[in-house]
Amino acid sequence: METDVILDISHVTKTFPGVTALSDVSLQIRRGEIHGLCGENGAGKSTLVKILSGVYPHGTYEGAITFQGKELRFEQKSIRAAIEAGIAIVYQELTLIPKMTVGENIFLGKEPVERRRINRSRLYAQSRDILTRYGLDILPQARVMDLGVGKQQMAEIAKALSEDAKLLILDEPTSALTQTEVLKLMEILRGLKAQGVTCIYISHKLEEFFGITDRVTVLRDGKLISTMETRDASTEKLVKLMVGREMTDRFPPSQRTPTDVILSVRGLHAEDPNVPGREILKGVDFDLRKGEILGIAGLMGSGRTELVTTIFGEYAAITAGSILLEGQEVHIKSAREAMDLGISLVPEDRKQLGLVLIQSVLKNVALPNLNKFSSFMRIDKQAELHETEKYAKSLSIKTPSLNVAVDNLSGGNQQKVVIAKWLMSAPKVLILDDPTRGIDVGAKFEIYKLMNELAGQGMAIIMISSELEEVIGMSDRIVVMCEGRSNGVLARSEATQERVMTLATGITSNGTR
Amino acid sequence: MSSASLPAQRKSLFAFSTQAVTMVAALVIIWLLFGFLTNFTFLSPRNLSNLFRQMTIISFLACGMVFVIVTGRIDLSVGSVTGFISAIAASLQARAFPDLLPHLFPGMAGTPWVGVISTILTIVVALSVGVLVGMFQGSIIAYLGVPAFMVTLGGMLMFRGGVLGVTQGQTIMPIEDSMRLIAQGYLSDWLGLVFAAAAAIVIFVMTFSTRARQQQFGFALAPFWKDLAKALAASLGLFFYVVIMNIYRGVQTPVLLLAIVVVVMSYLANSTRFGRYAYAIGGNPEATRLSGVNIKKSLFLIFVLMGALCAVAGIVLTGYVAAGTIGAGTNYELDAIASCILGGTSPLGGSGTIIGAMLGSLIIASLANGMSVMNVAPFWQYIVRGGVLILAVYLDVATRKGRR
Repeated sequence: METDVILDISHVTKTFPGVTALSDVSLQIRRGEIHGLCGENGAGKSTLVKILSGVYPHGTYEGAITFQGKELRFEQKSIRAAIEAGIAIVYQELTLIPKMTVGENIFLGKEPVERRRINRSRLYAQSRDILTRYGLDILPQARVMDLGVGKQQMAEIAKALSEDAKLLILDEPTSALTQTEVLKLMEILRGLKAQGVTCIYISHKLEEFFGITDRVTVLRDGKLISTMETRDASTEKLVKLMVGREMTDRFPPSQRTPTDVILSVRGLHAEDPNVPGREILKGVDFDLRKGEILGIAGLMGSGRTELVTTIFGEYAAITAGSILLEGQEVHIKSAREAMDLGISLVPEDRKQLGLVLIQSVLKNVALPNLNKFSSFMRIDKQAELHETEKYAKSLSIKTPSLNVAVDNLSGGNQQKVVIAKWLMSAPKVLILDDPTRGIDVGAKFEIYKLMNELAGQGMAIIMISSELEEVIGMSDRIVVMCEGRSNGVLARSEATQERVMTLATGITSNGTR
Repeated sequence: MSSASLPAQRKSLFAFSTQAVTMVAALVIIWLLFGFLTNFTFLSPRNLSNLFRQMTIISFLACGMVFVIVTGRIDLSVGSVTGFISAIAASLQARAFPDLLPHLFPGMAGTPWVGVISTILTIVVALSVGVLVGMFQGSIIAYLGVPAFMVTLGGMLMFRGGVLGVTQGQTIMPIEDSMRLIAQGYLSDWLGLVFAAAAAIVIFVMTFSTRARQQQFGFALAPFWKDLAKALAASLGLFFYVVIMNIYRGVQTPVLLLAIVVVVMSYLANSTRFGRYAYAIGGNPEATRLSGVNIKKSLFLIFVLMGALCAVAGIVLTGYVAAGTIGAGTNYELDAIASCILGGTSPLGGSGTIIGAMLGSLIIASLANGMSVMNVAPFWQYIVRGGVLILAVYLDVATRKGRR
C-alpha cells in the first residue's frame, strides 16, 4: 500500500472555554484504508469528527485540514459542505426518519423530481443500485421502523454513501448492534474498502479493530498518542495507550461465594402489552443467589430487556409461570412495588429511561428515593443533599457540582448517576441492563469494580450485556436467552464465547464438546 | 470535567439567571416608559394600587398553570371555569341564599350576619365546584389518557355553556358587601405593617434555621452577611410595598390573598414530592415512571389544584365586578399561559417558577393598565400585548441558541 494521503490533518488545535479538546493533532489518512480511532470519552474523537463534518467551521480551530489535495474551509455550520466535499458521517445515534422507507430516507432532500413530482420508481431503482453496489441487504421499500437496528445502520450507511462519498466516518457504529450484526457490518466495510472508499472507524470495542482496520490511532486528553499498523497492536497495548496507565486486566478480580437463592423465576410466559396474543417470553427459568452476579446473554430481540422489565413490573402481562422473591410468590405491577420489595432496575437506555436530562445530578439521584428524606408535606433538602453527596463520592461521579444538569456530564458519569439513583434505594436485587453501553474503558472498569464490591456485600445482581466478553468476564453464571426462552445456564468455568453464541442462536448443543 | 467529585456549590447571591434579569429589566423599562408617557400618573400610588389588584385574578390562574405547563400539558379551560364558578357564586349570593338563609337561621334574619354567612357558604361551594371540575378533567386526562389539550378545549366550551346556563344570559346582581371586600377591600395601615413585620420575622427565622441545618450536616455555609443581606432585602422590599400602598388606601385584600397563594404554591413546587414529581414528569415521563412515581396520580392532582385555583380566581372576580356576567373569564386562559411563558416556564415542560409567572403576570397587567391610562385604542392594546409576548419568547429562544 503506497502512501497516497486522502486526508491530511495538520497541527489541529481546538479549544473551548477552559478546555482544550484537541491539542496539536496531526494525522494522515491513506486513500483506501480503514483507519481505527479510539480513546476514552473526552479524548477528542467527537471533536475531530465535528471539525471534519463542518459542525465546527473553519476558523474556530487552529491548524489545517487538507482533503484530496485541497484545504477544507467550511463556512458556518454547514454540514452540506462536508457532504459535497465527499465526507460522509454515520453517527452513533441513527438519523433516519422511522416512518419513511429506506429509499425515501436515502434520497431525503434530493428526491428525483419529474414535472414537479417525485418519481418513485426512479427513487427506488436508484436506491436499489446503491444498496446492491455496496452489498447492503435491505429492501428500498421497507419502512425504517420495521427494520432491526442492524439493518437501520445499513440504511444509514447507504444514505451516507449515496452522494459518492470518498471518506466515510463511522462514529461508534456498533454500540447498538449484536454480535452477528457486527460481523455483517465488518463484511460490508470490507466490501466498501474493495470499492476504494476510505473509512475512519471509531469504536470503544477494541476487538473490532483487529478484524478490519489497517491502522489504528489512539487519542488521549486531546492529544494524539500513537498511530500504528493494526498488526503491531494488541488490545492490551491499545488499552494501555488509551488510559495512560497499565491496566492489568479488563475485568477486575473478584472473590465471592453466592449464598441463598433470593429470586426465582419459574416457567415465565408473558405477552406483548401492545400486541395482545403475541408472546414475548416463552418460558424463562432461573435462580438468583445473594452475592451473585448473574449474566443474561442473548441476541438483540431475544427478550432480555423484556424479561427484566417484566420482573420489574413495568412491561408485559405475565400469562403463566411465577416469580418468587425470598421464597414467596410476588405479583409486581409497577416500579414502585418492585422498589418496595427491594428490586431496582438500571434501565437499558439511560437518556430515554434512566435520567431526566434537564435536571440536576441531585434531583435525578433523589427522584426514586424522596420517601427517604421527606414526609408528606416536606422534602428535607439538607438531608437529601447529604445523602446524595455520599453516593456521588463513593461512585466518584465527576461533576463540577451536584446542581449541574446531568445533560452536561459524560456518558460514563451519566451512567454512574443512574446507578447511584438505584443504589440509594438499597436494593436486595439490582438489575443492570447493559450498564456499560457506550462508555469508555476507564468508566467501565469502575462500574465492574463497583459490581464486584456490591456482590461481595451480598447484593444479588443481574447484568444484561451485549458484549460477550463482558458477560463472561463478570458473571458467576450466565443465563442465555433465545427467542424469549432461557436456553441454558452456564457456570463461569464452562462459559466460552462459542458456547454462549451456540445457545443464543438456538442451536441445541450437538457437535460441540 | 475537573478532577474529583466536588460538593454541591451554593448559589451565590448574585447568581441570577439571565432570564430573570431580562424579565426584571423589561418590567423596569415598561414602568419607566409608561411613567414618562403618562406624566407619572402611571407610577402614582393610586395607579400602582389598582395595577396590583388587577393582576391578581390572572395570577391565581397562572400559579396553577405553571404546574400544568411544567408537566408538559396545557389547560385551555381555566377562563371558562373561572367564569362558570363566578356565575355560580353570583347566583348563590343574589338569588339562592337571600331566600334560603332567613329560613335556615330565622334568628339572624335582618342582621348583617346573613350576608357574611352567605359569603362563607358561597366560598365553600365555589371551591368544591372548582375541585370537582378539576377532578372531572383531571381523571379524563390522567386515567383515560386523553390529551390535555383536547380535554380542556372541550372543557372550555362546556363551561362557557355552563356560564350561559347559570346566568340565563343576564348579569346577576347584587353581591354581598363581604364578597366585594375580598376583591376590593384594603387592610388598615397598621394591619398591613403588622403582616409585613410577621412575614419579615418568618423570613429571618427560616434563613437562620436553614443555616443551622446546613451546619448540622457539615456543609460549607455561605458568608453570614450574604444570607443576612438577602433576608434584609426581602423584608425591606415588603415594607416598601406596604408603605407605598398605605399612601393610597392600604394593602389590597386580593394582593394579600395572592401573596399567600404564591408562598404556598412555591413551597409545593420546591419543597414537596408533589412538586418534584411534576418537574420530573415534564422532563422525562418514562424515566419518572421507572423511578416509581405514580404519574397518573400526579397529573390528576395537578388538575384538581388547577380547578381549586380557578375557584379562587372566580371568587375574587365575582367580588371585583360585583356581579356575575356572561363574559366573565373570557380569554383568561390565554393571559395565564402568556404569564407563565413570559415568566420563563418552558412550553416544552420541565422547568418554570411561580415567581417568574408572577413577574410575567405583572408585565401583562402593566401593559394593559399603562395603555388604558394612556387611552390607547383597544385594538392597539391587543396588538401590543401579542407583540410583546412573541418578542419575549423570541428573546428566550435567541439567548438559548448555542446550547445544542
